[in-house]
Amino acid sequence: MSAILPPAERLWYKHPIDRVEGTWIVIALTWCLIMFAMMVGWHIWGSQNLSTETYRTTPDKFMAKTQAMVDKYTVRTETDEKIPVVAPPAGSDVYMLARLWSFYPILELEKGKTYKLHLTAMDYNHGFSLQPANINIQMVPGFEHVVTVTPNQSGTYSVVCNEYCGIGHHKMVGRIYIK
Amino acid sequence: MTTATSYRTCPRSGLQFERQAELLMKANAFFAVVWLLIGGLLAIGVVLTRWPAVRWLEADTFYMVLTAHGIDMLIFWIIFFEVAILYFCSSTLLRCRIATPKIAWLAFALMLIGSVVTNVAVFRGASSVMMTSYVPMMAEPNFYLGLILFAVGALIACFVFFGTLVVAKREKTYQGSVPLVTFGAITAAIIAVFTIVSGAIILIPTWLMSLGVVKSVDPLVYRTIWWAFGHSSQQINVAAHISVWYLVAAIAFGAKPMSERVSRTAFLLYILFLQLASAHHLLADPGLSTGWKVVNTSYFMYFAVLASMLHGLTIPGAMEVAQRQKGFTKGLFEWLRKAPWSNPTFSGVFISIIGFGFLGGISGVMMGTEQLNMIIHNTIYVPGHFHATVVVGTTLTFMALTYYLIPVLFKREMIAPKLAQWQPYLFGFSMYFFCLVMMGAGTLGVSRRHWDMAFSGHALAYEWPGAAYLMMALVGLGGMVAIVSGAAYIYITVGSLLWGRKLEPGASSPKFTPIPRAAPSAVAQTYGSMGFAAPGTFVLAMVFLVAFVLYYFINWKYLSTLWGLS
Repeated sequence: MSAILPPAERLWYKHPIDRVEGTWIVIALTWCLIMFAMMVGWHIWGSQNLSTETYRTTPDKFMAKTQAMVDKYTVRTETDEKIPVVAPPAGSDVYMLARLWSFYPILELEKGKTYKLHLTAMDYNHGFSLQPANINIQMVPGFEHVVTVTPNQSGTYSVVCNEYCGIGHHKMVGRIYIK
Repeated sequence: MTTATSYRTCPRSGLQFERQAELLMKANAFFAVVWLLIGGLLAIGVVLTRWPAVRWLEADTFYMVLTAHGIDMLIFWIIFFEVAILYFCSSTLLRCRIATPKIAWLAFALMLIGSVVTNVAVFRGASSVMMTSYVPMMAEPNFYLGLILFAVGALIACFVFFGTLVVAKREKTYQGSVPLVTFGAITAAIIAVFTIVSGAIILIPTWLMSLGVVKSVDPLVYRTIWWAFGHSSQQINVAAHISVWYLVAAIAFGAKPMSERVSRTAFLLYILFLQLASAHHLLADPGLSTGWKVVNTSYFMYFAVLASMLHGLTIPGAMEVAQRQKGFTKGLFEWLRKAPWSNPTFSGVFISIIGFGFLGGISGVMMGTEQLNMIIHNTIYVPGHFHATVVVGTTLTFMALTYYLIPVLFKREMIAPKLAQWQPYLFGFSMYFFCLVMMGAGTLGVSRRHWDMAFSGHALAYEWPGAAYLMMALVGLGGMVAIVSGAAYIYITVGSLLWGRKLEPGASSPKFTPIPRAAPSAVAQTYGSMGFAAPGTFVLAMVFLVAFVLYYFINWKYLSTLWGLS
């Protein structure tokens, strides 16, 4: 019962390694390094990498920028709450904010075009969960996260809040249209 | 220097229990099970509410119950049990008295008071902030205060454990190095100190903020430090339950580690790198650099994953070698077929090892990959993963260990031995199923911590695919079976303490009997084939590797079809 007894040999780090373990160490280490290389390599050759461009912001500052975009590019409103649907030009800075308990505004973007999407939370932590693509980004209050996105399929996407944010959390859903 | 105490030698196991340590182990293990019972009852509410067709609880009750379930299970049940394990691995395995028993009781009292205070705060209804309690969302001050008291208690318990190691060394109860299981427990305790200090650093200011003393705590700083506590606490579990796996291999088979050097080095890798994994939770966050994310989330080039893969080989490998020495040498797997499958201590641990590796391990590495994290962050895949690690891994292991401890530590004959034989299978396999369907639903994007996936009555409601609803129903079903088999465990353990036949405690002596020096032995390399001491285990490991590689690259393939992000 030697795992629960002191080892007989005084210096445990001098114990021999048998062939099973030795072989497995080599295989496992190789696999570990491959996984590490994948993560680094995807930043060089892959095209789905989360940007880390971030600025400190305040609800007022972010709201002002968002409202400026809404005022300029609103094409229609939707639902009883008259949520503006905003269609900014390709390549521009677009804003989406999360608050208790809605996303604002609805965006309408073009397929294959690139946008700088600015995200923030106005109060608590929220989640940006783009469905059905299933892309998930954390939204942290006080931080403006600038993510460069290139939609590759047209259709109606929903933005579900997937960070618990209080009693209305399950009512928090927004939308992005891709033309 | 010697305080008045006595040492009992258990006639069933040969283990020697010091009186104070024995009482402390019993008290901590007992309250662990109490919290498991409460957490299990709460699980009924969680599971039956997330089952879309049932949706049992109201939203506010659901979020409250979910908060309590998380804290009672992840923190109170597990840490109480781990304190018992720490005392076992020091005082019992090293056959020495426990250091400062009075302070150990103080630690116990603090943990008990803290756990009650936090629960009271949650059930008053104004602290439904989930276990993570991200600022600026605020709970009642007592929510944090209870956690802080509990953490201080657990920290003191760790130092009692370290003190006990010193006592053993000084009083020369053993010679040479500590046993491997104790070595693993030391790893767990070192990680625990780091974890608890991180918890204190962030929870104390948050508590002061809830009292109005501190104006604000930065949300991103909170997340970063909180996860050094939240994730690391799960790493204590990993180190602890892997130590128990080695313990059970030794108890059930008389297995000795294949190589002390490999197993101990793997534990050392945990100390060095396991903590970095708290970065897993911040991969979808703004503000942290890519370099920081990549280095940390990979545990610095996956060295801690390497350690887990080593334990995953060496534990079944040690069992195989022991079985082959007993003559079960036919083919690759006779050793496994002839294992004591009707002994719940063994079956529980084996089901735990397989489930932890295949379900918890593979999914954990996948979601801890910086880019792949984007396709699962905060979906129900995450609870799917951690139920595979914490429930299949830690909880099932602790359950299995309890079946061993009932006669040995509690001196009771187990009631319902037939039920106990079945319990690990029922619980383990229902949890396998539960985790798999949860991860399935998460792959389709379903959110965690969400009361109503249908967004009933919302103009912009998102319509999930039918498969997502099916998976969530199956989560409900699997969860209920797991809860029933968890109840069976509670019935067996508590019932045995209440009604089990009392067993002979064994001879008691006022002085410890030192551990005799073991004779050096030849390493068991003469069994197996082609110089492979454990060929069956090696084949199992290769199956694991193939599953791992396939699943890993399938996810990259899916990621590559998504929107361009940079």
